[in-house]
Amino acid sequence: MSTESTYYVPEQSKMPLIAATGMGVMAYGAASWVLEGGTATIFLIGSLIMAGVLYKWWSIVIDENMRGLASPQLKHSYVLGMLWFIFSEVMFFACFFGALFYVRVLVNSWIGGEAAVGWFDDTPTDAAAANAQHLWPGYETAWPPMITPDQAVNGDAAQFKGPDQNMSFPGWDRILHWLPLWNTLVLLTSSVTVHIAHTGLKDGNRKKFNTWLGITVALGIFFLFLQVEEYIEAYQHMGLTLESGIYGTTFFMLTGFHGMHVTLGTAMLLIQWLRGLKGHFTHDDQFGFEAASWYWHFVDVVWVGLFLFVYVLA
Amino acid sequence: MAHGPATLADGWGKYLSRWLFTTNHKDIGTLYLWFSFAMFIMGGAFAMVIRAELFQPGMQLIKPEFFNQMTTMHGLVMVFGAIMPAFVGLANWMIPMMIGAPDMALPRMNNLSFWILPFAFAILTSTLFMEGGGPNFGWTFYAPLSTTYAPDTVNYFIFGVHIMGASSIMGSINIIATVMNMRAPGMTYMKMPMFVWTWVITAFLLVAVMPVLAGAVTMMLMDINFGTSFFDAAGGGDPVLFQHIFWFFGHPEVYIIILPAFGVVSHIIPTFSRKPLFGYSSMVYATAAIAFLSFVVWAHHMFTVGMPIAGELYFMYATMLIAVPTGVKVFNWITTMYRGSLTFETPMLFSIAFVILFTFGGFTGMMLSIAAADMQYHDTYFVVAHFHYVMVAGAVFSGTAAVYYWLPKWCGKMYNETMGKVQFWIAFIGFNITFMPQHFLGLAGMPRRYADYGLQFADWNMVSSIGAFMYGGAQILFLFNVVRTIGWGEPTKDPKVWEGAEGLEWTLPTPAPYHTFAKPPKIK
Repeated sequence: MSTESTYYVPEQSKMPLIAATGMGVMAYGAASWVLEGGTATIFLIGSLIMAGVLYKWWSIVIDENMRGLASPQLKHSYVLGMLWFIFSEVMFFACFFGALFYVRVLVNSWIGGEAAVGWFDDTPTDAAAANAQHLWPGYETAWPPMITPDQAVNGDAAQFKGPDQNMSFPGWDRILHWLPLWNTLVLLTSSVTVHIAHTGLKDGNRKKFNTWLGITVALGIFFLFLQVEEYIEAYQHMGLTLESGIYGTTFFMLTGFHGMHVTLGTAMLLIQWLRGLKGHFTHDDQFGFEAASWYWHFVDVVWVGLFLFVYVLA
Repeated sequence: MAHGPATLADGWGKYLSRWLFTTNHKDIGTLYLWFSFAMFIMGGAFAMVIRAELFQPGMQLIKPEFFNQMTTMHGLVMVFGAIMPAFVGLANWMIPMMIGAPDMALPRMNNLSFWILPFAFAILTSTLFMEGGGPNFGWTFYAPLSTTYAPDTVNYFIFGVHIMGASSIMGSINIIATVMNMRAPGMTYMKMPMFVWTWVITAFLLVAVMPVLAGAVTMMLMDINFGTSFFDAAGGGDPVLFQHIFWFFGHPEVYIIILPAFGVVSHIIPTFSRKPLFGYSSMVYATAAIAFLSFVVWAHHMFTVGMPIAGELYFMYATMLIAVPTGVKVFNWITTMYRGSLTFETPMLFSIAFVILFTFGGFTGMMLSIAAADMQYHDTYFVVAHFHYVMVAGAVFSGTAAVYYWLPKWCGKMYNETMGKVQFWIAFIGFNITFMPQHFLGLAGMPRRYADYGLQFADWNMVSSIGAFMYGGAQILFLFNVVRTIGWGEPTKDPKVWEGAEGLEWTLPTPAPYHTFAKPPKIK
């Protein structure tokens, strides 16, 4: 509930309209880009508009804050805004995790002609029986599926071909060569370092803040480097691509979207680091940094889910 | 806050920039409302094309391909362009005034949420003029119709949905932040007006499910352009996965549409019954219960896809459970009217019609929820009739009631009551003539989304089309009445406008000043 102080309602602003234009141009540009023979020009123009407007918009907000226009109540609105934004991101990932579970637990057994996991009953459904006998004979339920249903029926003529190798746990003897494990260590460590940076800021210890936030950004970049390595390995040596049936699909979409969020989170933290060097934060006013660090922890938690369900339990 | 809003007297440039760059919740509310009305007319025009073609059996006016585009665009434009923005417009106008806040919590983001919409719908509508035509796979865009067999323009649809979703998410976050953070001192949660309650719950639903819709269209994009196999069994995916994801979004979506309508009616009925709302707290809990249930019933839209029997049973019973909190609401509205001193101004007429027709639509929903019976009803005109009873007589009637109810507060002028009542009766009769016969058509086996039909369906289709033209005509009268009120209506200065009205917004002067509650009021 509000207090007696007046709430800061900004004057008219050109930023929203320009941002909406940027988004509109980006959306139109992206759609024409993916079409056969399309180019990225319009999309890039939209992205430039968007980048420019976001820079300007956030500069304005930071400037307002430095001039003391932002009351505690307004700052609480920003906090709520960020938290609910992160919640919406959680739901976005929930959608892809849901797809993974559905495909893995139910569809995979159905296409192989098995019953619905035997949770409710053991009799195969008509659909499962039809799949086994008529549609995809020869497909055997397995996760990760190294052979797609298409391949089981059409052999080498198949449109979707399964991967040669998968990303699952390779066994204890090769565990140190298992990239996802290192990725996990890097990202978990970065969650700790960003927390140390936060304590530094709260204590008013600038040097501690700058150092540990710098380390966090470096770890974020290192994670992305490892992920690129993993993708190159997958495409060049493991025959694992976006087109490798549902395993490649879920693997790349989940880790890919996570990677995009790590990129975004790293960029956020980098900006906060630069702002820290300019002396933007005080021990009791640090929302920009806190928002970025919440986002970072969220990205971290998503990775733990990914590590479990995409890599370990596969 | 130094000066008032620019008017036409300040010159076109200033007037235009007021609307383009505004951060004022009332201006943005107005923009939303006019935009949604424009979309309502456009979506309505599509519906007129559909009903004109279905006036007689056989193909007369348009090609079947174009018919498919019309049904798809009608659904998309009405759901995402007309009804949702209309209620966001009402939220913008009313929530700050109802909770004693100076504006929305994040005013610039508020304007961004609005201005994305014209771009999104320009992109979506432009596909109608492109090679291959607009989206033709139904508003539910089931894979593989929307992936393997879709026209190339589907990519424009996908990115249009993306930015529209971004707009919705930002708008909802704004509403949540406003309600959680900006209430006047003393305005506890259980003192909040019902419209605020229904909207904040709606906003939670939106933040939860719009990202899931974004996920669904992203999967489509990847399947179409980048060789993934989410919805292709050949690669190990499943087209039914699309339906699960879509309806995980889609079922809460229908409550996103109807909950704010509940809120509006919960204000209008007490006002014209001159009694407080019966069972306020049960109303709040019922709204929350409906919102919760909306997340766990989605597969009742897909009883015929071949789910395991246990799934069918679960989704059937869970769906029936929704009737309980909804019944609480209907009971409370009726009990509010019981022994009240009722008058029947236009908003009240629309609200009473809402209660009756929405309940009727709820009953047909109960019929559809019976999995075994749904095998017969599925994808027939019975379903079309059912959801138009809740979408049109539910959401649109309530939105119309809201405009008549609050318009005098907004512009300080009174609408023409006779014209309002005439519009109500034309709309009410026209609506029922349109959609009541569609129940019979559906039960007799006429499938939805077809450009042609068997001769046995001819009579009721003609009746339905006549009703549709009547209902469409009523909207022109509505537009005329609103424009006439704003321009030449009889001025009123009474803060309460309606003698039975209660709430903070009615303590403000009429017309509502550009900036209100710069200092929060005290709530007892």
